[in-house]
Amino acid sequence: MSYSIPTIWFIIVVLGIGTFLLRWSFLGAMGNRPFPLWAQRLLRYTAVSVLPALIAPMVMWPAATGGRPDPARLGAAAATIVVGLLTRNTLAAILAGGVVLGLGTYLA
Amino acid sequence: MVQALPFLLVLIPFGMLFGVVAQAAGMRVVETMGFSIVVLAGASQFAAMELMAQNAPVLLILASALAVNLRMAMYSASLVPHFGDAKPWERALIAYCLVDQGYAMAIQNAEAHPGLSTRQKVAHFFGASLVLCPPWFLFTYLGATAGNFIPAAWPLDFAVPITFLSMVAPMLRTLAHLAAAAASILLALALAGLPSGSGLLIAAPLGMAVGAWVETLTARRANRLNYPVKRAGR
Repeated sequence: MSYSIPTIWFIIVVLGIGTFLLRWSFLGAMGNRPFPLWAQRLLRYTAVSVLPALIAPMVMWPAATGGRPDPARLGAAAATIVVGLLTRNTLAAILAGGVVLGLGTYLA
Repeated sequence: MVQALPFLLVLIPFGMLFGVVAQAAGMRVVETMGFSIVVLAGASQFAAMELMAQNAPVLLILASALAVNLRMAMYSASLVPHFGDAKPWERALIAYCLVDQGYAMAIQNAEAHPGLSTRQKVAHFFGASLVLCPPWFLFTYLGATAGNFIPAAWPLDFAVPITFLSMVAPMLRTLAHLAAAAASILLALALAGLPSGSGLLIAAPLGMAVGAWVETLTARRANRLNYPVKRAGR
């Protein structure tokens, strides 16, 4: 890395301010003015759309295996989803995924 | 706060890993800590660090890392119905510590207990953030100073996908939620070739639109079925 110390701090501060403004945007500026009904309906699906889309490529083509689908990782993802759906419990789902991933990696 | 504890399983190794990666890239401990405290957004910190290790142009670093965080604006919008009434300083503090896990917990909490007041939801959010954020700082520091004692064979890259799936699966209560998730996953996979973060920015809003559309269809059908029943009851 060949950046000067001030340059590194410039990157940190701009990223910090930019990220804060993204997080603050609607929450800070909209306040308690209600969204129109159609927007509320859309926003109900934010979490279930953003989070899976963020990780779907990592599940299918993990960088750690050079982008090749990996049975241990696919199995772990499936176990997490199934246990999460059945138990509605986040901790149980994490544990199920972790156990399958650990076993799968160990056996491979 | 207790509900947030499972996420430490993921945040602790990841905070450490960030410290280790920054160290390996040649960054001093002060700036490494600056990253974790000022930015406080794991995925974008890793993206920025990866580019900095390659001596990429500053503008490219800023654009890529901020693109990774654009989803935060969607989180911000979806939290307005829950936190919109909170005081301005509270909303600013919520914005500062808004991470994926805290966001998912806030939504889970609000959906599981529809009667909660803004005050109660804010308290829940700060309780969860207290468990999620300080350990990120602490373990960044340990990773940056103590060196790497995480075995290389551990498939640590997969901790984040597992946590995200474990947060989302319990939220899939209705057909509309399932449809939104399925649509956004398929689109994200189809668009995986696009530059970092941009596939998500197309896939997620379309997934949300599919969810809203299925909800509209379901509501319409329910209305049609209920209508004669209500008339008969009069």
